[in-house]
Amino acid sequence: MMPTTLWGWLTWTDPVSGVTARLLEHLAYTGAAVGLACVIGLPLGIVLGHSGKGGQLAVALAGIGRAIPTLGVIVLFAVSPLGTGFGAIALALALFALPPILTNAYVGIGEVDRSVVEAAGGMGMTSGQVLRRIELPLAVPLIAAGIRSAVLQVLATATLAAAVGGGGLGRFLIDGLGSQDTAQLEAGAILVAGVALVIELLLGLVQRRIDPVRRSRSQARSVAPQPAGPAVDR
Amino acid sequence: MTSLTPWLTSAPNPWLSRQYLEQGRSQLLTALEQHVTITVVAVLAGIVFSLPLALLARRSSWLETLVLGATGVAYTVPSLALFALLVPLTGYTETTAEIALATYSLVILVRNTVTGLALVEPEVLEAARGMGMGRARRLVRIELPLALPSIIAGVRVATVSTISLLTIAAYVGTGGFGQLIDQGFRADYRAQVVTACLCCVLLALVADGLLLLAQRLLTPWVRQAVPR
Repeated sequence: MMPTTLWGWLTWTDPVSGVTARLLEHLAYTGAAVGLACVIGLPLGIVLGHSGKGGQLAVALAGIGRAIPTLGVIVLFAVSPLGTGFGAIALALALFALPPILTNAYVGIGEVDRSVVEAAGGMGMTSGQVLRRIELPLAVPLIAAGIRSAVLQVLATATLAAAVGGGGLGRFLIDGLGSQDTAQLEAGAILVAGVALVIELLLGLVQRRIDPVRRSRSQARSVAPQPAGPAVDR
Repeated sequence: MTSLTPWLTSAPNPWLSRQYLEQGRSQLLTALEQHVTITVVAVLAGIVFSLPLALLARRSSWLETLVLGATGVAYTVPSLALFALLVPLTGYTETTAEIALATYSLVILVRNTVTGLALVEPEVLEAARGMGMGRARRLVRIELPLALPSIIAGVRVATVSTISLLTIAAYVGTGGFGQLIDQGFRADYRAQVVTACLCCVLLALVADGLLLLAQRLLTPWVRQAVPR
């Protein structure tokens, strides 16, 4: 029996289509997509930032990423031979996690005060040592901010997996909207919004925790300002 | 094009087809009109409501925290969830899409307006006060024009985001390119999905370019593009 009330939907424990199962699917999509984007985007952004090359690319990527409709990419994957399996959806979602991760890694490394880098070089540090001991620690706040943006972007976009027959919390929204089932779509909206807010809060705390140069955080921001608007597309 | 990329345009179910461009012409034009209209209304509503909020935010630091915090929370809610939350109130109508998209635009614009106003140098305001300008005149004649580059940068981000997010409003019954993408998916009609996606990206890039042009014309003293 499917639930008929809002509370019934919020507490539905079906092993396949219950709240816990859908939440785990949602988090699995997000984890896989952000993990993949980190594996590709972090080394690339760090190397480009260290060498000072590819700045145009990083900025262009951030701009174009925003213009591409998330729904469009997920549906394009769905009608391609890639299909709508877990891997295909995670790959599509990874495309939206990549721009904030790559751009922030690039900007974070590239915008480290040049006089500090030169001083480190003057002290006899090799290029690799400068990267590991100077640039990376100073870039951590921006890199972390990029990953946080990516996680929130993917959490939001993963709701669209359900639009092409995938799983995740978006199922309650798409099914509820499709069948005009108000209880189901409200439950879905509450769950999706709740998960996004809780994870945003948790990542904010983690981000503060792992910042190795807390005092210079405000300074790092003034050197490399965050994009004027929020970097995430919902 | 056909000779260069036969795999793109050959049957069955090609990615691009001239046939769709001919047959789907009128529905593409209708979708374009809907997409543009809804975007313009949402961004304009965002601009109108963001200004008083931004002015409120700069009155004191706790008001700034409150306004930016509250709008930030709204921004964290994913679009499909925000559309669904509004459905019991406004139904499967364009109004649902407008309210949600105007809210996202507002968040971006409040932040950029607050940033832009904060960047106005105190000496400039001091000079304006010295010339006998009142509060309202200082705002209209000095502060808003100086904050304009930052505000327009916000309008660009808001417009491009709105064009992209509007596709998702197809699930609450709104027209535009999202509807064509969804219909194309249901019918497994690749040419329709690809064409609607490309139109959507193109519209976003054109809108962004036009706003950049508007910024150059309105604020000719800004040589360098402001960071987005």
